[in-house]
Amino acid sequence: MDSLDDYQIPYGLMAEFDTPADVLNAAEKVRDAGYTRWDVHTPFAVHGMDDAMGLGNSPVGWFTFIGGMCGFFGGMLMIWYMNSYDFGIPVGGKPNFSPFSSFPVAYEMTILLGAFGSLGGMLFLNRLPRLHHPLLKNLRFADVTHDKFYVVIEADDPKYDEEETRELLEKAGSKHIELVNE
Amino acid sequence: MADHSPPSSVTIAPPPIELERKPLVANQRSIGWISDTIANVIEDKTPRWWWIAIGVSFLAALWLPICLVYLISTGVGVWGLNHPVAWGFAIVNFVWWIGIGHAGTLISAILFLLRQKWRTSINRAAEAMTIFAVMCAGIFPAIHVGRVWFDWWLFPIPNANSIWPQFRSPLVWDVFAVSTYFTVSVMFWYMGLIPDLATMRDRFRKVAGKVAAPAARLRNKLGQFLYGLFSLGWTGSNRHWHNYEKAYLLLAGLATPLVLSVHSIISFDFAVSQLPGWHTTIFPPYFVAGAVFSGFAMVLTLMIPLRALYKGMDEIVTTRHLELMCKVTLTTGSIVGYAYGMEFFIAYYSGNPYELYAFKNRAFGDYYWSYWIMISCNVISPHLFWIKWCRTTPWFIWIVSIMVNIGMWMERFVIVVTSLHNDFMPGNWGYYSPTWVDVMTYIGTLGFFMTLFLLFCRFLPFVAISEVKGVTPLADPHHPLGGAKQ
Repeated sequence: MDSLDDYQIPYGLMAEFDTPADVLNAAEKVRDAGYTRWDVHTPFAVHGMDDAMGLGNSPVGWFTFIGGMCGFFGGMLMIWYMNSYDFGIPVGGKPNFSPFSSFPVAYEMTILLGAFGSLGGMLFLNRLPRLHHPLLKNLRFADVTHDKFYVVIEADDPKYDEEETRELLEKAGSKHIELVNE
Repeated sequence: MADHSPPSSVTIAPPPIELERKPLVANQRSIGWISDTIANVIEDKTPRWWWIAIGVSFLAALWLPICLVYLISTGVGVWGLNHPVAWGFAIVNFVWWIGIGHAGTLISAILFLLRQKWRTSINRAAEAMTIFAVMCAGIFPAIHVGRVWFDWWLFPIPNANSIWPQFRSPLVWDVFAVSTYFTVSVMFWYMGLIPDLATMRDRFRKVAGKVAAPAARLRNKLGQFLYGLFSLGWTGSNRHWHNYEKAYLLLAGLATPLVLSVHSIISFDFAVSQLPGWHTTIFPPYFVAGAVFSGFAMVLTLMIPLRALYKGMDEIVTTRHLELMCKVTLTTGSIVGYAYGMEFFIAYYSGNPYELYAFKNRAFGDYYWSYWIMISCNVISPHLFWIKWCRTTPWFIWIVSIMVNIGMWMERFVIVVTSLHNDFMPGNWGYYSPTWVDVMTYIGTLGFFMTLFLLFCRFLPFVAISEVKGVTPLADPHHPLGGAKQ
């Protein structure tokens, strides 16, 4: 019988770094080498890492914008429908619908749905929740939320070659490089 | 190789030593020390004081269900409300509790937009305080309607006669403002927690092989499972941080107008009415400043004991943090003091006899005592913070913070009760005194708040681990301590 290890598919190479400057320099090297399916894992957001990885602007803002717009116009529409169209309640000769008295509620709805858009958009773009991940099985990787920094290059990357990639990461200054399986 | 140090032709002179700011984490602690110190609060044995504190809080909290059941089964007659004072403790407590919450959002959102890095040490606890304060606040409008089984009429659902809520009423605006405030505060808080829950998950994972005792093993399994579940599989990926930071910024941008609008809308409950003492245009900014003022006092009330009781926490919440919080308290306290003066001036300047009477009656009428407690606690006590010793001595700050909490509660009492008790005509004059049910309901919410806050401190990281790490020089890739080449 073959051992379980024979069936394991490599997920990628994980390289450990000690300081944010080291991992930033390494990220620039990996970016310049032309890799596409790779990532940097850090205990906090490292300033300048987005540029070092060549990431553009995050599209979360669109989700916020669409959420906010839905909230504002949805709120106005709701009040108009309820207080003017479906069941008018005349009070003191005031109009049944006015954008001014409706504004506070529509404003709160803008913020509410905008906030749902931001959080939901972030989770959607990050493909979270994802409770199973190859890296989360690796015990050494547990330091990623403590005080260590990692560059992970996935085996799916078209440029991935175990030898060459390992060499690149070594040159970038990593003292511990490990192959992580799926 | 990209070199991140400035080109050699450029020389940057270091700032003079007296201009150097004190570091946000004292003693140049390492990144690992920060997570160890904060996580140890959860991992270590429950301290004895915690059991005592939660025992007292829980006993106080028990009064809440007792009073609510008594109120609902008997009717609002068990409260001290009368004619003409139909708004009493319930509204006072509601406005006070919501105000407490505002500092949390100010710290997490407005100070974030203003790039005030010191906020990271206190924002998590302040946000939790916001959520629990809004929970306490939300109880009061719901029960003060009298027939609580009709509360659902406030929501946009047609009632039995197909009638919708009346959206020209500020009371309906309130429902939307407060429920939005609660929901957005929870989302903001939870989003900030995700990386720290992952830290807790990984810490339990690291020691999983070393625990032998069955109870400890169960605890470890439970820790891994629950923190793991709620951290949503966070791996600290920079592709995730990239979207996360943007979403955080956007939430801060949304929470800022939200927090300003919530107390403005609550002030509309008063300002939109025609009653002298309530019908003033100064109310929205005055309420917001008062809210931030009382909220900061509450943050100080909670953080000063915590930093003293937990080992190492005073290096994360340093004296500099306390001093900065005192300065915000001083600023907002001054705005509140200005508003008190301006209210009086406008009452005189308006030439309206009813308006002027309402204000004279506040200071010298039947409720003069509440007015002068308010003035001494809110106007005089924060000005002690002009003196450096006063704003750097924790026990002293704590006493002032309690005074401010009392003063701000009195402010709400003054606004609500003194404006109502002497109406336009002497036939509408009366005096309001709370009953034991009023008082014990309030104490019940204090107990409920403290119970939730103590549970939060015990089971969740009450300082934002990843954010505190991020503001240390060791986290800056362009700083020598962050590994940058000199």
